[in-house]
Amino acid sequence: MGTEASTAEHTGGNAESPPEYRVPPPDEVTAGWWDATRERRLVVQRCLDCAHLQHYPRALCTACGKTSLEFTDVSGRGRIDTYSVTHRAPRPDLTPPYVVARVRLAEGPVLLTNIVDCPLDRLACDLPVVLAWRPLPDGRALPVFRPDPDA
Amino acid sequence: MAQSGGGAVLRDRTAVAGVGWTEYTKNSGVSTLALALRAVRAALDDAGLEHSDVDGVACHRVGDSASAVLVAHVLGIRDLRFHLDMFGGGGTSHQVVAQAALAVASGIADTVVCWRAVNARSEFRMGGTGRAAPDAPEFQYQLPYGYATPPQQFAMLDRAWRHARGATAEDLGRVAIAQRAHAALNDRAMMRKPLTMDEYLSSRLIADPLRLYDCCLETDAAVALVVTGAERARDLRQTPVLVSGAATGGGHTLFSNGRADPTVSAAADLAPRLYAAAGIGPETVDVAELYDAFTFLVPLQLEDYGLVPRGETGGFYADGHASLGGRLPVNTHGGHLSEGYVHGLNHVAEAVTQLRGTAGERQVPGAEVALTTGQPGYVGGTSSALVLRRDG
Repeated sequence: MGTEASTAEHTGGNAESPPEYRVPPPDEVTAGWWDATRERRLVVQRCLDCAHLQHYPRALCTACGKTSLEFTDVSGRGRIDTYSVTHRAPRPDLTPPYVVARVRLAEGPVLLTNIVDCPLDRLACDLPVVLAWRPLPDGRALPVFRPDPDA
Repeated sequence: MAQSGGGAVLRDRTAVAGVGWTEYTKNSGVSTLALALRAVRAALDDAGLEHSDVDGVACHRVGDSASAVLVAHVLGIRDLRFHLDMFGGGGTSHQVVAQAALAVASGIADTVVCWRAVNARSEFRMGGTGRAAPDAPEFQYQLPYGYATPPQQFAMLDRAWRHARGATAEDLGRVAIAQRAHAALNDRAMMRKPLTMDEYLSSRLIADPLRLYDCCLETDAAVALVVTGAERARDLRQTPVLVSGAATGGGHTLFSNGRADPTVSAAADLAPRLYAAAGIGPETVDVAELYDAFTFLVPLQLEDYGLVPRGETGGFYADGHASLGGRLPVNTHGGHLSEGYVHGLNHVAEAVTQLRGTAGERQVPGAEVALTTGQPGYVGGTSSALVLRRDG
């Protein structure tokens, strides 16, 4: 089980890889999150009533149901909750293999992301990772993650 | 929080009186409307009913198939008393049948046809090209990462489940192999050649850890069911198969939605409600037809429906208990992995066939109670399941 030897040398690209991914437009709830990426700030929603943290951004708090929410910065540290290596890409403009992971942020919420700069045979559930940014042509950026060099 | 009282309201009051299939192919050459009508006609013939007996229609779809009302109009139903056109994938399949049963049990309709019709190989591949970007906000946080297809979505859940249970590729290979052996006894099945562990282990990676033979087929086909009152069904052509219990549940979305552990599915919440509704426990189940878009969903559901203790499914398969002749035969038609992919409804049809006792070489002797399930709530965030019982 695990990754095959023939793909072990791949690293899933790096943070500066060309932005070949299509990004849907933000909506009224997510706009603030995307704007923060212009300043390379990773944020999650925080409930002003119960302090619950959540991602992706929503119109109400999934813990208490209230609607007063703000964006708050997170540390950019987390662990790989689970991951997969895509070998059959959904679109011709994507080049496999690449790594899709669910990262659990140190603050609690989970984020879907790519893991970059990581040999495939080093990938593991619970691996500590840190934030990196993949620039988008319009000035926004996508948060991606790489193995934590200090871990 | 809402209570689930009244779950037994359906118990044994309605029945599946007819089942119909089209051929399973990779290219039907006809519309989903034509497929739906063929399957509905076959199900009515099977029941000994006419289209004029139908006063309700129900289907599920994801924008990939003819609408319920269109099928009703083309069938020529003059007074349509119930129609349900449910948006959703495999998690909703069994809920469609449950809603039809509720409509009949409540007196809203007398006879409801349910179906699923797909050109899922030739026309509209799940997560594939040729469709507009989904509009749910969470897709803003998925598509930019090259994450869109069911194998990618389920590969991460598979990884987490294997990691938590210590399950191996061989454990899941046995699921694919057992189901293929069942399909060999099923004339309808698309994949009937026996599968070996070597073939399984050497099949190409699609989304690691999912290999080709962990993934279900993509099929052009339709399956239809006729649901009517239990008393009425007793006057018809086939042994009635009673809808004993039905339950619907929530599930994990990618971003959890409050569910922390992805290795335990919504079925763990739904199962107690389902068994209570049917008035049985898991030990009563004779045959299980469990939604299997991917291999790991089968042992995961065996755990979550209380059929096999958590962590023991590997041994259950290795000892042959999930095969015909074993303690609890699972996916006796070959499932989505080997019979074909009709989005959950072919599992209901197989359960009905087993309970009628007409499954031929793949019959589970004396089967009286079947559990059949939809996708256990991942990705789409909803799940549903039925307990069916042979009448008498």
